[in-house]
This record gives sequence, structure tokens and C-alpha cells, in this order.
Amino acid sequence: MLISGINFIGQAALSVVNMIGAFAMFLWTAIKTCFTTRLNFAQLFLQMKRIGVDSFIIICLTGLSSGLALALQIYIGFHRFGIEEFIGTIVALGMTRELGPVLTGLMVTGRAGSSMAAEIGTMQITEQVDALKTLCINPYQYLVVPRMVASIIIMPFLTVFSMLCGIIGGYLYCVNVVELNPDSYISGIRQWVEMSDIVGGLIKSSFFGFILSAVGSYNGYITYGGARGVGIATTRSVVVGSIAILIANYFLSSFLHTVGIS
Amino acid sequence: MIRLSHLRKTFDNKRFVTDDLDLEIPTGQMTCIIGRSGEGKSVLLKQMIGLIKPTSGSVFIDNVDITKLSDEELEPVFKKCGYVFQFAALLDSLNVFENVGLSLLEQGEKPEKVLPIVRDKLGLVNLTPDVLYKYPSELSGGMRKRVGLARTLMSSPSVILYDEPTTGLDPITARVVHELMYDMQKAFNVTSVVISHDVEIFKYVDNVALLHQGKIEYFGSAKTIWESDNPYIYQFIRGLQDGPIQTEIAHQTGAE
Repeated sequence: MLISGINFIGQAALSVVNMIGAFAMFLWTAIKTCFTTRLNFAQLFLQMKRIGVDSFIIICLTGLSSGLALALQIYIGFHRFGIEEFIGTIVALGMTRELGPVLTGLMVTGRAGSSMAAEIGTMQITEQVDALKTLCINPYQYLVVPRMVASIIIMPFLTVFSMLCGIIGGYLYCVNVVELNPDSYISGIRQWVEMSDIVGGLIKSSFFGFILSAVGSYNGYITYGGARGVGIATTRSVVVGSIAILIANYFLSSFLHTVGIS
Repeated sequence: MIRLSHLRKTFDNKRFVTDDLDLEIPTGQMTCIIGRSGEGKSVLLKQMIGLIKPTSGSVFIDNVDITKLSDEELEPVFKKCGYVFQFAALLDSLNVFENVGLSLLEQGEKPEKVLPIVRDKLGLVNLTPDVLYKYPSELSGGMRKRVGLARTLMSSPSVILYDEPTTGLDPITARVVHELMYDMQKAFNVTSVVISHDVEIFKYVDNVALLHQGKIEYFGSAKTIWESDNPYIYQFIRGLQDGPIQTEIAHQTGAE
């Protein structure tokens, strides 16, 4: 019993170390490829369109509904203290510093990260990745790097729209539902929200782009076992990507605060 | 030109897909590798070109051991050796022109310069230019395989490896593909290695090798294969249940 327990723990530890090692090797190869080979601009723009333009509507909707809900909750709390004029400030700070980047990261992970895993995974099991190798085309250069660079570039743009829509959502709630003074909502934002709040959020979103594309591409790249394998890779890319973004969010926020950026 | 020496490959440290396998592929000839499903023929073919690294042993192409080469160093091997995949492995998101001309387009060649070359290669596999802008999903199985072959011919390889080129094709289309492979071999004097289950292919190839339990149990001329008294090849090409090759059905019958 004891031996089998130790054996189980040992196997699990080896499996985790093996997984981390394989992911680290994948990342290292991708980063090395990024700096040693020509960037495939056709693929880059295609991926920017797929990750960015195609996610635009859901990002705006997510931001808008989050702004509305955030304003509602803050109003309930602030109304008790009679400080409703600060709602705009808190909504804007919440959207720029936290909700904008994190919600965008999670939504894009669900939409584009899963798509990356499914697409590369299908290519892997149908030997299309091997076919690229036999044509002397580096699969990292053709498949992985464009997705990673596109995600890193496009995520801040999506996040800006998420932030904007969130602030607009808060404005719509405050002005139209609880009939607060629109000027106090806007002036509060102007007075208290600093550029560093926005910059910090955008830096985080870019990093989230790196995480979701790396996790999505990696899970696609290691896919095996047919349609079931693609399903597993897709699910894993969303679960791991989302958790990684949420964990990274705390450490990034802490780091950015420590170095004085945000 | 291609020589496999003491080749061993295992994925789970339990069963060896290739087990101390030695094989020499005669240059300028077409060699067919046959064997039961799941014996590891495709794994063997992929080891020949470096797509799968063997656990131990060597693969020599023009006296260079490719098992020692890194991914970057394998590029000249891929230029020299074309690989036709079982289901063609055409990129779904690209049309026929982009698939066939992909290697040149990725090197930065202009599409108008690549187009005549692609037309020429499609002509070699008896495909007309009206398929140029069709996507793989719009092609029949036979057409896909021919497009796959045209893509392989883009680098004018001296070795072509075919992984079950007629799997899933009707006998008429399979014959067309066989004749095409034969024509390619004769026209360009390439060295060809074909994985197949189809005994019809013996009419077109020079040599036949039988893979069984990780070893080559037979290697000989295709012309005399039906007269061979090698028990493995005798059983396999006639589809017999009794013989040294154990089948699931024979196992079940024995158990009963």
C-alpha cells in the first residue's frame, strides 16, 4: 500500500516535470525561431484578423455588460455612503486595471486559444505538420510564431475596446438607470484615472496574449489520437490558458506595481 | 543509397516497432514494403526520412547517417527525398496551387513565377489546370493523392517515399495511381519506396520486402514473389490464416 502510494506520487511528479520540460522546450524553440527566421507576414495578418477582428464583437459585448454590472454593484455600495460621484472613477479603474485585460484574455482564450489548439491539432493528426517539414517549412515559423506574435500585438487593441465599452456601460447605467449627473461620472474619470492605469492593463493584456497563444499552440502541437485527441487538446488549452492567465494576473499586477508602472 | 542498419524503435519500451532491422533499398528501383496493419510500416518509412527518430540504429542516405542530424540539418534530406502521405496531407486552408507551390511561395517567390511550375507538375500527375484554385475538400481521394504527388515533385527529389498511396481508393483509381508512380520512377529514374497492402502493386515494383514483428522477413524480386517458398511471404500474399504470421482470427480459433 505504502509502496504503491509512493509509486503513484513519483509517477505523478515525473509526469508533471516531463510536461513542464516539454512546454519549456516548445517555448524555447518558438522564441528562438521568432528571432532567427523571417516572420511570415501573410500568416501574421491572417492570425491578427482571426484573433482580433473576429473577436471584436464578443469583446465589446463582454466589456459593456461587465461595465453595466460593475456600475450597478458599486452604486449599491456607494449609495450607502453617499459617494455616488466616484462610481465613474471606480468603474474606469476596475476596467482599465483588471477587468478589461482579464476578461479579454479569458474570452480570447475561449475563442481563439481553443481554435489554435483545434487547428494545429487537426493538422498534427492528419500529418499536415509532417508535410510542412518535408517541404522544408519550419512548422514553428509557419504555425506557431505568427499566432504568438499576432496575439501579443492584437490583445492590447482588443483590451482598449473592452475598457472603453466597460466605461460606456457604466456611464449608461449611471446616467440612464439611476440618473446620476453625467458630468460627475466623466470628471471623476478625468481626475483620478491616470495613463499608467491604462498602460499597466495593456502590458498585462499583451502578456496574456503570449500565454493564450503559447498554451493553445502547444496543446495543438502535441495532439495525438484522432478526433478525441483534438477534443482533449482544445479543452486543455482553454482550461490551462484561463488558469494561467488568472494566476499570471496577480503576479503581473504585483510586479507592475512594484516597478512603478501601474 | 538508403541503408537501414540495426534500426530499433519503441514508443513504450515494451514493444519494438522495428527491431534490429537491416534493409538496403536499391538505387533507381521501386521497392514495396508490405506487412500486416499495425506492424509499423509507416513508422519505418518515417524513420527513413527523419520524421521519426529511431530509438537506436542508423539510417544512411548517401552514406550520411541522418539519425544524427538536427531538424535544421535534415532540410537537405527533405529536398532530396519526397514523401507522399497516406491521405495526401494537403493543407486544408490552402487551394491546390498554394499547396503544390507552398515551398516556393514560402521562400518568397512571386505567385506568377510559381504558377507555371505548378501547372507543369500537375500535368505530370495528369491533372488539368482547372483544379488549381480548388480546395482539398473539393477534390476526390485520387485527385488529392495526385496533388500530393505533384507537391512532392516540386523539389525534383531523387527518392520518393509513398505511404499507402492507394488506401481508400477504388481499384480503377488505385491502378491509375500505381501507373503514375511507375511512370514517375521510369521518367525520372528515382528511387521509390512504397508502403502498400495491395498485391496488385507487385506488377509495378522491382522489389518486395515483408515487415513482420519489427524485422524484414523477406526481401526479393517482385517478379518471382508468387513462386517464393518463404513461409511468411507465401502466407501473406495469399491471405492465408495458417503460417508463421499469427492473425487475430487464428489466435481466437486456437484459444477455442
